Amino acid sequence: MSNSSTTAPGPDESVDAFRMRARAWLAENMPAAQVADRTRDGRFDVERVLQRRLWDGGFAGICFPAEYGGRGLPTAYQHAFTEESMPYDMPVSMNVPTFGILAATLVDFGTHEQKLRHLPAILRGEELWVQFLSEPSGGSDLAGCLTKAERDGDVFVLSGSKIWSSSAYVSDYAMCLARTNWDVPKHRGLTMFIVKIHQPGIQVDQIRQVDGSMEFCQEFFDDVQIPVADVVGEIDDGWTVTSRLLVHERNAVGGGSPFTSGRSTGHESSSDGDQLVAIARASGREHDGRVRDLIARAHVDQLVRSQLVDRITTGVTTGKMVPPCSSIIKLFGANVSIDRAEIGLELAAVEGVAWLPDADPDPARMFGEASLSRQGIALGGGSNEIQRNIISERVLGMPREYAADREVPYRDVRRGPSSSSRRSTT
Amino acid sequence: MTYLLEDYTLTVPYMAKQAPGGVMELVLSDEQEEFRQTTQKFLGAQSPISATRALVSSADGFDREMWKRGAELGWVSMLVPEAMGGGSLSEFGLADLVLVAEEMGRLVAPGPLVPTNIVAFALGRSPAADGHTDVLNALLAGDAVAAWAHAECGRRWGDVAVTATTDAGHLVITGSKQPVEAGAQASHLLLSAQSGDGLVQVIVPADAPGLTVTPMGGLDLVRRFARVDCDHVRVPMSAVVSTTDRAHVDVELQMLVAAVVQCAETVGVLSRVFEMTLEYVADRYSFGRPLASYQALKHRFADMKIWLEACCATATAATRAVAAGRPDAAERVSAAKVYIGPRATQIIQDCVQMHGGIGVTWEHDIHLYLRRATVNRAMYGTPSEHAERIAQIAFGASA
Repeated sequence: MSNSSTTAPGPDESVDAFRMRARAWLAENMPAAQVADRTRDGRFDVERVLQRRLWDGGFAGICFPAEYGGRGLPTAYQHAFTEESMPYDMPVSMNVPTFGILAATLVDFGTHEQKLRHLPAILRGEELWVQFLSEPSGGSDLAGCLTKAERDGDVFVLSGSKIWSSSAYVSDYAMCLARTNWDVPKHRGLTMFIVKIHQPGIQVDQIRQVDGSMEFCQEFFDDVQIPVADVVGEIDDGWTVTSRLLVHERNAVGGGSPFTSGRSTGHESSSDGDQLVAIARASGREHDGRVRDLIARAHVDQLVRSQLVDRITTGVTTGKMVPPCSSIIKLFGANVSIDRAEIGLELAAVEGVAWLPDADPDPARMFGEASLSRQGIALGGGSNEIQRNIISERVLGMPREYAADREVPYRDVRRGPSSSSRRSTT
Repeated sequence: MTYLLEDYTLTVPYMAKQAPGGVMELVLSDEQEEFRQTTQKFLGAQSPISATRALVSSADGFDREMWKRGAELGWVSMLVPEAMGGGSLSEFGLADLVLVAEEMGRLVAPGPLVPTNIVAFALGRSPAADGHTDVLNALLAGDAVAAWAHAECGRRWGDVAVTATTDAGHLVITGSKQPVEAGAQASHLLLSAQSGDGLVQVIVPADAPGLTVTPMGGLDLVRRFARVDCDHVRVPMSAVVSTTDRAHVDVELQMLVAAVVQCAETVGVLSRVFEMTLEYVADRYSFGRPLASYQALKHRFADMKIWLEACCATATAATRAVAAGRPDAAERVSAAKVYIGPRATQIIQDCVQMHGGIGVTWEHDIHLYLRRATVNRAMYGTPSEHAERIAQIAFGASA
């Protein structure tokens, strides 16, 4: 099960020595980063192969426990590897959600057998994971889950529907939150399960997004049998697992996760800034004071975002900040992305909204199209409004919002008319 | 829907180790932490806001006795080499100096921390340092303060029109500097001027013939500024601190250091204002509920919190880059100036709004903080001027 049999680092290898070894290995083994449009479908097959290559080279799961196929090294080693990996094509879409969210949660709550079964396979690129949390009726109220799992001997029987799972149609496993007890208040009757996605009783539909992508999915469960051995954490204590999963998600999406490898959101990408500069140059406005100011603002925002990620990661790791501080990264990152989209749209001007049919996609058109779905980042992984609740209540200690469903058995909680999990009409 | 009062008790304390407003540097050595606490206690006892208010109508705007005691704690030593009487706790003195600035910001304390340290720094690293030991020693001991006369009225930051011409072994300085912090309190001024061969820096006594210092009014109630007019001020060559071959580099470095210390002070200001506002909305009731229980206000506090943490993050990054002499120091500092300046005034103005009518009275302390942050925003390059520096980097990087 070793991550590599040939180049395993000694326990005493310094970060610098590790970095030099990574640099040489990357140059030898990984293809150059692609500038071309990454269409998702074929991309996942490419990334599985790239991930396997990292595994074979001993550079998969640098911060994952060695017992389960990782390298068991401190964060500084992962940072060094990520920095060295910038010029290369990396399996970055496996970072979120597979490594940064689901595998990280499995490390925290999985049984020894669950970890042995899945973590090495994940690190070899053989298993892509997603989370089944949101429901058609629920929005940000994750604990208001209506998908149910009923115990029947050694199995649970799952029925209901989940939505907004990214790339579930090409993924292998999910962590699925379901209600197992309706007689207790909502947070106390939930259980987290490991679910094999492609099996009888599960239908996966792709949802067409405004930018034309088909990445998000809705799933329908029709009496799916799940072995009791696939419960993550304790029965009826799935909210504890979910809370941790959400912390991992905010870290991973914000760029503060030690479990992701290669360029991730949250850390500055010079190529994005370069595209703004390229648009300004292409339209001859590089000496326009207003244009320069917008580009400077985008540059500063990106830099500060990355500095904030470092700060909050340090704060949470050293215990000087409470874990919900990861919401600070999430909210700031969403705001920066939205501002950047706005700046991109402004600089793209008419080239962002009309183009000749046979023209190659250029940055201006890209900013025009991307602006349509810019709010996505302020919705996924907990909306900006939910992040503001978390920050004010759980970081600043301000009073909690009134909740009509607190301390009420969940079967007695009022639900709106659209609460049933309907088949999507898209 | 009924609201139960017990739903609205604050769930504090939430962070045992960190104030809600946050501290700039999360990773301090034991010595630094001890130094921070000593500084905090000293300022709390010697420089409460009531003492600052009492200095509003004074000429100096600070208490020279207190300044001397501060100097004994090391407030002016940190950017000066040990061999010249300076010294710091850490490898990088700047990392210690920002702790003082941050604590001073939390109390809007008076005292010419930035100009005196910049002049001491410039003298300490000058190749001609041996000729300036008397001035330097007086600064280190807290017996005198100094001013950095670099900005000029009606010109962009760093654009120098004051001239230095050579005449019989002397430099003759002519022109005006404005605004000069502590110009009327300083025993000496560090002046930048254009000679025929380029920029130079000279150290000039405040009472030099031909030099006129005119105190100015200003937003900050205790931070004093002056206009300095030089009418053929003759200084000997021994007064030169930076010769033409290095003055540009020296002045740039001084700006980076000044901006870093100033940003740390602003972070201290923000941190304290945020804390006092959070306390206020917890204690204040409207319509039978604490203000802190209203979601409309909670969400504004969440926004302020992320901005405040971002200010801390970028100020820390700038400090570390300048302290370690990293090649990206100029970019980090300009980013901090671009980000912190407008954000700081925005956060404090929002906090004024949270206070309601009391927030715009003379009696409430928040305006002292707003004044300090507003002045800091404009000094050592405006956000727009630093944004242009960033634009040059962004366009240059993709050339």
